This record gives sequence, structure tokens and C-alpha cells, in this order.
Amino acid sequence: MTLLRVRELSAFYGDFQALFGISLDVAEGETVAVIGANGAGKTTFLRALAGALPVPESAVAFDGRPVGGRPSPALVDLGLVLVPEGRKIFPSLSVRENLLVGAYRARPGPWTIERVYRLFPILGERREQPGTNLSGGEQQMLAIGRGLMANPRLLLVDEISLGLAPLVVKNLYRALEAVKAEGTTLLVVEQDVSQVLAVAQRVYCFRKGAVALEGAPARLTRERISAAYFGT
Amino acid sequence: MAWLDTIVQGILLGGLYALFATGLSLTFGVMRLVNLAHGDFSILAAFIAVVAVQTLGLNPLLALALVVPVMAAVGYGLQRLVLNRLLGRGILPAVLVTFGLSIVIQNGLLEAFSADSRRLNPGGIETASLPLGGGLAVGWFPLLTFAVAVLLLVGLQILIGRSAVGRAFRATSDDGGTAALMGIDNDRLYALAMALSLAVVAIAGIFLGIRTTFTFSSGPDRLLFAFEAVIIGGLGSLWGTLVGGVILGVAQTTGARVSPGWGVLTGHLVFLAVLLLRPSGLFAKSRRVD
Repeated sequence: MTLLRVRELSAFYGDFQALFGISLDVAEGETVAVIGANGAGKTTFLRALAGALPVPESAVAFDGRPVGGRPSPALVDLGLVLVPEGRKIFPSLSVRENLLVGAYRARPGPWTIERVYRLFPILGERREQPGTNLSGGEQQMLAIGRGLMANPRLLLVDEISLGLAPLVVKNLYRALEAVKAEGTTLLVVEQDVSQVLAVAQRVYCFRKGAVALEGAPARLTRERISAAYFGT
Repeated sequence: MAWLDTIVQGILLGGLYALFATGLSLTFGVMRLVNLAHGDFSILAAFIAVVAVQTLGLNPLLALALVVPVMAAVGYGLQRLVLNRLLGRGILPAVLVTFGLSIVIQNGLLEAFSADSRRLNPGGIETASLPLGGGLAVGWFPLLTFAVAVLLLVGLQILIGRSAVGRAFRATSDDGGTAALMGIDNDRLYALAMALSLAVVAIAGIFLGIRTTFTFSSGPDRLLFAFEAVIIGGLGSLWGTLVGGVILGVAQTTGARVSPGWGVLTGHLVFLAVLLLRPSGLFAKSRRVD
């Protein structure tokens, strides 16, 4: 069953067009990756899906309903949640409070604060510390945990690996496997291709705000991916 | 002994100033909105209490139960219908609009209630005092004002520190865009903050009206004292607001003790001294803004 259906989505920052007619599908329970170089429109795409950018209503359907352009809180109610680029931890809030903000209008589901502490034990250990005291990798865990607290049906994750060491990234992707095992559908954006291709069932490569390549990772050769990625 | 008396009076006066300052601090803290009509809203609340006293025969302290919800509703509506449209475009649009609002409120009050000065009469408590021995006595009413200020600050501290709405206030203050992604409706939250702000300043306005006379144009002075209390205490710190109010109150009563005309001036001088020596206030929370 298709959980997210995007058709001919274009998005603008003022007069600047950032996305040119993107079409993309995500099935329930699937993990889909969006890859592409810096400036390919990946982050814009996720922000448009999450209600942070104005888009036409018919361009995005979630669970069969047209939801394009709805405000973020309404999308969170439906179970569409974004873990934003750069983690965006609230500096005035402790680790625990950051997680609780994620549950501000949580739907019923498997994710509780205890469950998040089990997934990321370090967050439980440091629960009373300010969220921004954590290391970069731990902040990324906190950002993912905060998104999970809403009990999303579809979790959009923007650039997990941004500025993190390879070992840390590996651990984060292992945690994503656990999230996937709970039945949460994932749409993951990455610049760093190697990790994400291992977890994704399907991948879309963006270039200059449009889809340049689409398919199952196993069926795509390195050459085709790199050609789509760099446009050579 | 006379000096001790002066200082005690100043501390209790500080409680009233803290009541004026709390709402101002809250709206600035949550949404970076400077409400220049804050003082005028307190006077508007006092006039609504005058009407309630005259038409319903209520004691002004009981009128609180009516006026506080009314002012909270005014705050909620004002934020939703007008002020939310001005946010996110720098501090200036809201400053201009609330400045205009201040003039509208003052002239509306002048039109409706004339320029006569008014006073709210709670029936004796405003003159009763509690002897502390040694010729020292404190008024019951200033004591009540101070106690209400402390209780309100404790309540607000718990609300902001422990509740889901309080977390949402802090998260939105840090980063409204990300808070919206987490499902927090910023517009509604800002309206709640303004409702709280005007509810507290309604209490301040009625207490002011019991303590002293007021006219349609008493608002701007109140705004000035509220600003001074907030800045002395440090932005973003509720207890700092109380301390700021107390320092301002003590400065004013002490100055007035030396010479009756010097009270307000001394308050301003102490405020300027704090601004020079500790521009971020005495208890400012150092906050990282990414």
C-alpha cells in the first residue's frame, strides 16, 4: 500500500525554483532513500513534505488523502514527522524535555520515552543535561528519538551523517534498522551514499531539483548512480 | 527605624512592580514581542473593575474573578487577530502597532470615563496595617500584593518549568520553526502567552487602583517601571523580575524619603546604573541562540 505519493511537486523560495516536478512513492513499511549532491533539493523536498514550504494540495498525498501545504502540526497529527537537518536540538531544554516536546501531540503507538532510552541508552544516562551538551552523534540520536516520540507512520530523516564520524554514522543506521523493525516507514535523505544504500529498499537520486535516477540499490550499478549524482 | 520602614515599604512596592513586569517579560521571552501597550492594558483592567464595582456592586478584589478572564480573552484575541501577523518581521512592526494600541486605549478610556482620577475601594483593607513592634508597621494590602506576586511567580515557574505547555513555550522561544515541525502550533502558543500576560497585568492594574488613584493616562508610567524591573532583573528570569521590582521599589521609596520629589528619579538612576554595570541584568539567563 502506498503511504506517501508525491506527484509533480514543484517548490519555490520566493522567485527561485528549487524543485521541478518531483514524483515519488513510499510504500507502508518501506525504507526509501533520497540521495544527491549538495544543492540538489533534497532538504527542500523534505521541508515541503513536512509543511514548512507552501506546495499545492494535490502534489502530496498521505495515506490516500491530499495533504500538500497543510501546516506541520496537522501533518504530525496524521503521522508525518521530520527529523530536521542539523538536528535542531532546543538549547533551553534538557535531553528528556527535548524528547517530551516530540510527544507534544503524539499519536498512540509503540514509542515511549522508555523505549527511546532503550534504543539510545546514552540519552537515558544524560536525560537531565541540556540537549546541546551532547556530542554531535548523541544530538542526532536525540533528534531521531524526538521525532519517534510522535509515533510517526512516516519518519522523514534529513542528512543523518552530517558532520559525524563514520563509526557514529554506522551506529545511527543500526538504530534505524530497529526503528524499521517497529513498522515505521522511513524516507531518508543522504549525501553520503554508502550507508544509506545498505538499508534502503529503493533509492531516488536528485539532481538540480529533479529526479535523475530511481530504483532498487541492488539493480543500480555504481556507474549509473555516480552518473546520476554528478550529472556526468 | 524610619529607614527600615522605608526599605520594607520599598520591598513590598517591588511586589506590585513585579506583577507589572511579569507579563512583559513573558511575551518578550516567548515571542520577542515588546508590548508598548502593556501599561495601558493594566489601566484598562482597572477601569473594567470600576465598571464591575459600580454596576454589580462587587468588591474590587472579587472583581478580579471577572476582570482577569476578560483580559485573558482580550489578550488571546488580540494576539490571534492582530499581533501574530506582525511576528517574524523584526521587532519594529509590533512596536509600532502596540504603540498605536496604547494611544487608542488611552483615548478610548478618556472618551468613556473622562479625565477624572479614580480609585478602587476594597472596604478597609487598603488602610489596615500589621504592627511589627518598635513603631514599625506594614500595610496588609502591600503585604497581600507582595504575597500574590510571589505566588504567581511560583505558579508560573512551575507552569513553564514542568508542564507540556511550558516546554512548548521554551521550545518555541528557542526555535519556532523546529517547534512547529514537532507539532507545536506557534500562533496558538503565542496567543496563550499573551492571554497569560494580560491576565497577570490585570491583577497588577486592579492592585494599583486599590493602592493609589489612576487616570486614563497612567499606563505609560507603569510600562516604564515594568521595563526597568525586567531589565534590572535580567530578561528571561522570572525571579530576576521580582528582584528587579524590589530594587526599583526600594530605590523609589528611599529616594522619596530623602526628598519627596526624588522617588521616581532615584528609581531611574538605579536602573541606569544597573544598565551601565551589568547590561544584561542581574540574573539574566545566558542562552545560546543557534
